[in-house]
Amino acid sequence: MADGASLAIPSTAAPASGSLKRFARRRSTIALIMTLPLIAVIGGLVVWPAGYAIHLATLNRRMTSFIGLGNFEILLESETFRMVIFQSVFFAITAVILKAAIGFWLAHMLHHIPANGQRKWRGMLLVPWVIPPALSTLGWWWMFEPTYSSINWLLNVFAIPSVPWLGEPWWARISVIIVNVWYGAPFFMIMYLAALKSVPEQLYEAAAIDGATSWQRLRYVTLPMMRNIISITVLFSLIVTFANYDIVRVLTNGGPRDLTHVFASYAFQVGILAGNIPRGAAVSLFMFPILAVIAFFVLRGVNRRNREEA
Amino acid sequence: MSTTTAPAEQGIYHTAGSLRSERRWALWSAYISLVVAAIIMLAPPVYMLLTSLKTSAEVADQSGSPWWVRNPTLENYWALLGNRMFIDFFLNSAKVTIAVVALTMVISVLAAFALGRMRFWGSQALATGVFLTYLVPDTLLFIPLYQIVGGLGLLDNAWGLVLVYPTLTVPFCTWIMIGYFASIPKELDEAALIDGANWMQMLWKIFIPVALPGIIAATIFAFTVSWAAFVYPTAFITTPSEMPMTIGVVSQLIRGDTFAWGQLMAGALLAALPPVVIYAFLMDYYIAGLTAGATKG
Repeated sequence: MADGASLAIPSTAAPASGSLKRFARRRSTIALIMTLPLIAVIGGLVVWPAGYAIHLATLNRRMTSFIGLGNFEILLESETFRMVIFQSVFFAITAVILKAAIGFWLAHMLHHIPANGQRKWRGMLLVPWVIPPALSTLGWWWMFEPTYSSINWLLNVFAIPSVPWLGEPWWARISVIIVNVWYGAPFFMIMYLAALKSVPEQLYEAAAIDGATSWQRLRYVTLPMMRNIISITVLFSLIVTFANYDIVRVLTNGGPRDLTHVFASYAFQVGILAGNIPRGAAVSLFMFPILAVIAFFVLRGVNRRNREEA
Repeated sequence: MSTTTAPAEQGIYHTAGSLRSERRWALWSAYISLVVAAIIMLAPPVYMLLTSLKTSAEVADQSGSPWWVRNPTLENYWALLGNRMFIDFFLNSAKVTIAVVALTMVISVLAAFALGRMRFWGSQALATGVFLTYLVPDTLLFIPLYQIVGGLGLLDNAWGLVLVYPTLTVPFCTWIMIGYFASIPKELDEAALIDGANWMQMLWKIFIPVALPGIIAATIFAFTVSWAAFVYPTAFITTPSEMPMTIGVVSQLIRGDTFAWGQLMAGALLAALPPVVIYAFLMDYYIAGLTAGATKG
């Protein structure tokens, strides 16, 4: 707002006031042209496909007739899909809580060591986030491999019996969560470290003068100052984790007995591999309401943060 | 932190011997946590590297520790580099990634400049829309896009990926570029306007040079995301000669019942190399881009 008005005045003060309107029109025209490619991408590749997905989900398998909510009903009645819902929710919530807790802990530890060593540690700890997850999951898959499992070998060294990582449903669920936490915790660490560094030092000094213990400093200074960034990061990660595909596809491919499928991998299985496009679209649309609610809160958090900084 | 608070606290607590020991304990626990975390974080890539240096016979031999290589060999790497299919994966990834990064940067820099600096009717709503599209995951869109890309006859074609990858990169890059442009003082564009610069000159001569760190961060983001993309190529590409690295390594190097584990791990590491190299050299920009989404936007 402010910049637009202040920009228009110097260059148009001299000519007649009629050209001021023309100038504004020209400026907004140029701006619109510059935004057109973006609008094309968002409209053509996000909004339209999203609407198209709703249309697809109401068709029958051969996409010849309209069956309303039939696909959703069939899905909700199937035992497999109810397990998919359970697994998606369980996976996303457990993984995000663990990632947030581990990320917070590591950020805190990193913040405590002398500043000149932080860069090196940060560089090492962020490596899991940098490797494309589909490829690092291949490495995990190999570490979980039943006969040659190097993790089991380590467990055996400490006299712990071998674990059937990917063979048994609950262990397979845990394995998927382990890999996701390994991949995502560094992201939380980086976000929280940036937030920790932005907490003014005077607040800690004041707290120390008041005799606050380290727990009280954390509870009454650090957490309130970071509350906003924590909620944005957690909600954002909830979306990404909820919609995760790579790790499940490579590690378990939904097995054993379709018990580790999440929405994305099941949609892929049904829609692309089994060729039932409408039902696959219906599966992925089940994510939409949950994601929309989370997105609403993310947006609120980001807007609040912008207002605080303004 | 520890260096700045030390004098103040010592001034207050003269008898605080316990405070110093508490701090030493905190430092030790910090280092112990970090060492444990680093071991866990680096174990999978290190183990992949160890496996990639082993022959198939050594992988199958279960007599010793799997965490050690007795006869290191590069034969897995040579086999891959002499494999026409693997080279094709690399070329496809490179082709798609370069095209997508170029496309993304042009689209998002132009749009971010227009949305952030040349406010017009609806620009606020559009900026919010950009952020919301960033939150739409690819797994929600791949089925309708499969139909759309199929309708255009671009299934099984690496160029089809160039068409859809911007959904992954453009919203975030636009969003962080809006943030970077907003941090440039308004006096700069006023000065340029007085000197008679038009909008394109302003963008090209002032905003792009000043926001260069942001542009590098956004470029790195676009590169990493395009290189690592997995859902779209898995859905759209089934012919090996059109596959990019990620899906190529996952689907084509795993064949039959006897896995060539050494070669598979070598392939995965080679495929992961470009983003890791960029990270190693441009870590600060990488992290700036990562944190910009929430702290700058």
